[in-house]
Amino acid sequence: MENTYQWLAGFAQSAGLLYFVGMFLAVCLYAFWPKNRARFERAALTPLQED
Amino acid sequence: MSATGNPIRRATTGEMVGILIAAICSIMFLIIAGKTEHSGYAFHALVAMLSAFATIFLIGNRCFQPGQFPVPQSINGKPNYNMGPVKFATVAAMFWGIAGFTVGLIIALQLAFPVLNLDLPWTSFGRLRPLHTSAVIFAFGGNALLATSFYVVQRTSRARLAGDLSPWFVVLGYNLFIVIAGTGYLLGIGQGKEYAEPEWYADLWLTIVWVTYLLVFLATLAKRTEPHIYVANWFYLGFIVTIAVLHLGNNLAVPISLLSPKSYIVWSGVQDAMFQWWYGHNAVGFFLTAGFLAIMYYFVPKRAGRPIYSYRLSIIHFWALIFLYIWAGPHHLHYTALPDWAQTLGMTFSIMLWMPSWGGMINGLMTLSGAWDKLRTDPVLRMMVVSLAFYGMSTFEGPLMSIKAVNALSHYTDWTIGHVHSGALGWVAYISFGAIYCLVPWLWNRKELYSLKLVNWHFWISTLGIVFYISAMWVSGILQGLMWRSYTALGFLEYSFIETVEAMHPFYVIRALGGALFLIGALIMVFNLWMTVRSGELAGSESDTSVSPQLSLAH
Repeated sequence: MENTYQWLAGFAQSAGLLYFVGMFLAVCLYAFWPKNRARFERAALTPLQED
Repeated sequence: MSATGNPIRRATTGEMVGILIAAICSIMFLIIAGKTEHSGYAFHALVAMLSAFATIFLIGNRCFQPGQFPVPQSINGKPNYNMGPVKFATVAAMFWGIAGFTVGLIIALQLAFPVLNLDLPWTSFGRLRPLHTSAVIFAFGGNALLATSFYVVQRTSRARLAGDLSPWFVVLGYNLFIVIAGTGYLLGIGQGKEYAEPEWYADLWLTIVWVTYLLVFLATLAKRTEPHIYVANWFYLGFIVTIAVLHLGNNLAVPISLLSPKSYIVWSGVQDAMFQWWYGHNAVGFFLTAGFLAIMYYFVPKRAGRPIYSYRLSIIHFWALIFLYIWAGPHHLHYTALPDWAQTLGMTFSIMLWMPSWGGMINGLMTLSGAWDKLRTDPVLRMMVVSLAFYGMSTFEGPLMSIKAVNALSHYTDWTIGHVHSGALGWVAYISFGAIYCLVPWLWNRKELYSLKLVNWHFWISTLGIVFYISAMWVSGILQGLMWRSYTALGFLEYSFIETVEAMHPFYVIRALGGALFLIGALIMVFNLWMTVRSGELAGSESDTSVSPQLSLAH
């Protein structure tokens, strides 16, 4: 019982760390990818360019 | 403009199905109303039956309306936006706002002067308090979110709202839920979960309405003619999806009978508490934050006439916010039966939340860089910018209060009430007021608001009210916390509970004064909006009603 808990807690903590850091890096990569720059700049103007 | 020919058209399949379902339901509700022994439940069954009759009438009446059918998706190459439901929700937001602020003032006065409970069950604090919280959060805030989300998703997708009956079903059905929930509290029907008080049948109804809301929103996005989904829509979508999940998880209750309003939740003990505050805190995170950030990402750039400071930051803001918020709930259960590690987890995620929150605030504020002078001339923009300042302040205060050592002092005291109101009045209400001040002239095709001077008055009166409110609650909350934890040299508690209650009195009076000022400000707003619709100058020429909404200060 004790071992199962510790194994599970250890797994959750390390996997959780990797999961969140991974997510954050993926989002940053997507946001800062040079190719996406033009797309995002155009998207930012969406509210201002209505008919 | 009556049509010369026979204007009656054949009902669509959807309309016939709608009428059929409403007819079957009305009979079912009549049977329930007749057989139940609970008078409040019978009343609700009758309200539901009358709503079903109204539905039959409203759908049937559509067949007698002149005009082209099916409604064209675009006119002269421009999207034919569906603004009817948006208008309804905007008016409903202001109506429920005034009702909710008034009940808030009443219960604030009841705390200062208990005689105002009137010794009647229906007017006691215990029943009026959920009426206040639901009215301001779900009725005022919810309708503001419905109105703005339906507006923003159409304009930024350049497509007409999906669905024919369904957008109306969403706004009317949501407001029916509000009526059932609110009258239920007054009649003593409730499941005793904070911010999730409505009983099982109201919850089921809300589930149907909410899933329809999600489908309408998604289908509109699917119809978009813009390649990119604008960031505001991401925030709206995050809000809609998460609220659906939270609502289902926290309301898995089994009614004791179809003829009884009473139900029992499937979760028990500390698991129920954990579910409740997972729900409760994410109602703050996704209803009161993500939804209103969506408003910010559309209306602040629009009103300032400049694009958002950093679109890339908005993407990081969105993903970081939604992935962190969902874990913060356990901080409501510090020093309870909840396992320690879960408490620490809730605390840690709450502290990390500070970063995306401030990222979003900075993104909103910096949108004005190079246009700060507009704050002097445009009180509507000022209101939205101050809302961001309050957002920054309460998202700093929140992580601070989630720290166990701080929470030991602040928990169960008025500090929490003050914190909630700096967020609710300063952030949620102000960004909504700003958005509604923008929306009303656009929706009713008016050139500008009736009076910017009155907006100024609204701004200053209600800001003063908020300052009174939150500073009174800081002082009384910390005083209360310190009095509860002070011991004599012999190890006895220094103050009896009633002594701590007595010490709160002056601050309760100041709080009520703050609430009264906030209500006065909102009444000024209603007058201003009423006059805008009634006697405002029409925007653009009469022949072309599809002109773009004009910013009142753009020229």
